[in-house]
Amino acid sequence: MPRIGVFVCQCGNNIAATVDTKKVAEEMAKIPGVVYTCDYKFMCSSPGQETLKQAIKENDLDGIIVSACSPHMHEKTFRKASEAAGLNPYQCEITNIREQCSWVHHDKTKATGTVKSIDLTRMTIQRLKKNQPLKKIKIPVKKKALVIGGGIAGIQAALDIAEGGREVILVEKEPSIGGNMARLSETFPTMDCSQCILTPKMVEAELNENITLYTYSEVEKVDGYIGNFTVTVRRKSKYVDEERCTGCGECIEKCPFKVESAFELGLNKRKVIYTPFPQSVPNIPVIDAPNCPKIQKDKCGACAIVCGPKCIDFKMEDKLETVEVGAIVVATGYQLMPNERFGEYGYGRIKDVISGLQFERLASSSGPTGGEIRRPSDGKVPESVVFIQCVGSRDEKKGVSYCSKICCMYTAKHTKLYSHKVHGGQAYVFYMDIRSGGKRYEEFVRGAIEHDGAMYLRGRVSRVYEKNGKIIVQGADTLSGSQVEIEADMVVLATAVVSREGADGLAQRLGIGYDKHKFYNEYHPKLKPVETVTAGIYLAGSCMGPMDIPDSVAQGSAAASKVLALFSADEMAREPITSVVNKVTCNACWDCLTACPYTAIERDAIKDRKGNIVKWVAKVNDGVCQGCGVCVAACRSKSIDLKGYTDEQVFAAINTF
Amino acid sequence: MSAHLDKDETPAASGSFEPKIMAFVCNWCTYAGADLAGTSRMEYRPNVRIIKLPCTGRIDPLFILKAFENGADGVLVSGCHPGDCHYTTGNYHARRRWIGFKSLMEFAGIDMRRLHFSWVSASEAIKWVDLINKVTDEVKALGPFMEYSGLKENELE
Repeated sequence: MPRIGVFVCQCGNNIAATVDTKKVAEEMAKIPGVVYTCDYKFMCSSPGQETLKQAIKENDLDGIIVSACSPHMHEKTFRKASEAAGLNPYQCEITNIREQCSWVHHDKTKATGTVKSIDLTRMTIQRLKKNQPLKKIKIPVKKKALVIGGGIAGIQAALDIAEGGREVILVEKEPSIGGNMARLSETFPTMDCSQCILTPKMVEAELNENITLYTYSEVEKVDGYIGNFTVTVRRKSKYVDEERCTGCGECIEKCPFKVESAFELGLNKRKVIYTPFPQSVPNIPVIDAPNCPKIQKDKCGACAIVCGPKCIDFKMEDKLETVEVGAIVVATGYQLMPNERFGEYGYGRIKDVISGLQFERLASSSGPTGGEIRRPSDGKVPESVVFIQCVGSRDEKKGVSYCSKICCMYTAKHTKLYSHKVHGGQAYVFYMDIRSGGKRYEEFVRGAIEHDGAMYLRGRVSRVYEKNGKIIVQGADTLSGSQVEIEADMVVLATAVVSREGADGLAQRLGIGYDKHKFYNEYHPKLKPVETVTAGIYLAGSCMGPMDIPDSVAQGSAAASKVLALFSADEMAREPITSVVNKVTCNACWDCLTACPYTAIERDAIKDRKGNIVKWVAKVNDGVCQGCGVCVAACRSKSIDLKGYTDEQVFAAINTF
Repeated sequence: MSAHLDKDETPAASGSFEPKIMAFVCNWCTYAGADLAGTSRMEYRPNVRIIKLPCTGRIDPLFILKAFENGADGVLVSGCHPGDCHYTTGNYHARRRWIGFKSLMEFAGIDMRRLHFSWVSASEAIKWVDLINKVTDEVKALGPFMEYSGLKENELE
């Protein structure tokens, strides 16, 4: 016969005001197996917990119920107290009579809350009778981290982890780290040059002995679980021996072929053997294989001829490398929505309609114009520039519903840069709202308007077209209630910040969630902003949604601190709520295996003494299993059960209903 | 027992009938949503009894049958919205299973207004309150669920 104790909490007056806690305790005392009951003002207080511990010891209890608040609140508290009193913590159950009874059923005369509390506690008692003592699972932790994405968020995360004394592998799919930030000219609101603050960090990441850079590489496969991931990385062939290359750049100089530069967003050309930009880290060129005549047609080969250290190898192939890590930080960043979607703004038809990032390149001193604002079509300095905000953002019909967050600020910055570089030039901004909620952000936008003379017009642009060599921008000024038409030399579209192409594929490989815009989901938007639902995988930067540099850096550091916390112990303990297979009845239909969202179920062979396979059964990997129980409901022979939520436990509760 | 009552004497007809509703909810979304209804002090019908499970994907159709067998007049199943599952795809499995289960229930002659499936996120306290009120009122109007218990008694005889 079980010896159960029931502790009913009054929660001050939170529960006692509408639930007769004394009555609940009295009713429970009538149930067979219940040997101790009480009601107390604050069970979670120190004296309350002492009462609980004492009662467990004095009455030799083998299971307890605390009827109090939501288990989300104090389950841990009471399980810890139970453990301190020598009880298995999983023999302690909570009945939620506050959030489910006293706070939602106010009628004391009808005593609906009391009746419900009695019912719920009774159900929990019957469930508890079927509980099994469980032990926390201990998992060893590999103290090495993988950071995916070498933008500012990923670099920051890698540096912080490395400075914490742990090894990091930083995977970047481009030939150089730096990400989108490397493209920027100056940064708001301080106007310091992006390269000046970013490149030292890039070099630091390259030189840090705890960091291994895998540039021009992509994550192909992820197996395992927190503390024990096995990741396969495809190291795309650079056709250049990284070990021997000195980065002299002779090969780039001699390469006779040019193609559009992706880094310069098509504003400039680059050689077929190239580094994306002059300060690339690592400073090792890559051959753009699809465009290289030597690789495609066995013609040319000039680069190999001039290469002193002889490090060019046209036969080089992709390499698959397997790395074992304990934690993963995902920092894959963003891209801009393809402007081709906005035909009414002339993009693709009119050469001088460009995107915000393209303007950054024009304004950048390392960009195609050396920092002079010149329009792409004829190199003329534009006398008037129209900036159009919210192109695709906050527009469910044509683009995305959300606000892209950074455009208000970078457009203000663009108008400043433009007015500083083109004296007498006029900048116009079509905006919907100005959203400048950051430290010194509002002042920055004010400055653009008041000191630098940007003309802000509140309203949407309806049409952009060419007439007599000018770009005509037609729009509404809703503040004056009039239609406006502006003749411009160049138009800059603040197109929506969207998730990176292929973001969903990577999320599926990692087993993390993403929203309908393919931005990655954090575990909890407020309280766990850099965690994902998959333990051991963390997020940083704009792969989660539009984000500016300060936020990306803060998140990179936050993710790193989570990784270092995980790495601080040799073993980690986790909840023992996992599935367990009955090998006797399992008939190897593998329904569980296909249903499991975590690939936690493996095929296991049962062998006789001679080593012959007798039968195949499913086997649960405790480290990977997250305890969702999908396999349990999927199992047709009822051979899997979920510890902590066994069929017996659930049926016991239902049967009491 | 009550299965033998005349129609006019049923508690539903006299207005005194209070249905018993069993709710199977997931730990991450709906249970937290119900918690929020509590912390927001929203009032709703007291007829529901919640059983918490990690995921709607854990809900065995037998749980639902068992609840009806034990005198539930209505059953509610609720979890995270599709795409928001804490376990990535658990609720998709559940949804697929319900489609089959629902037709089985219909085949067995059970009024589908007694079985409700819903998605309530952790922030949708209002949705939870409305849902409970709606389901309770609907089941109340249907009267007590006798078919299953009647069948069970006959079998015993």
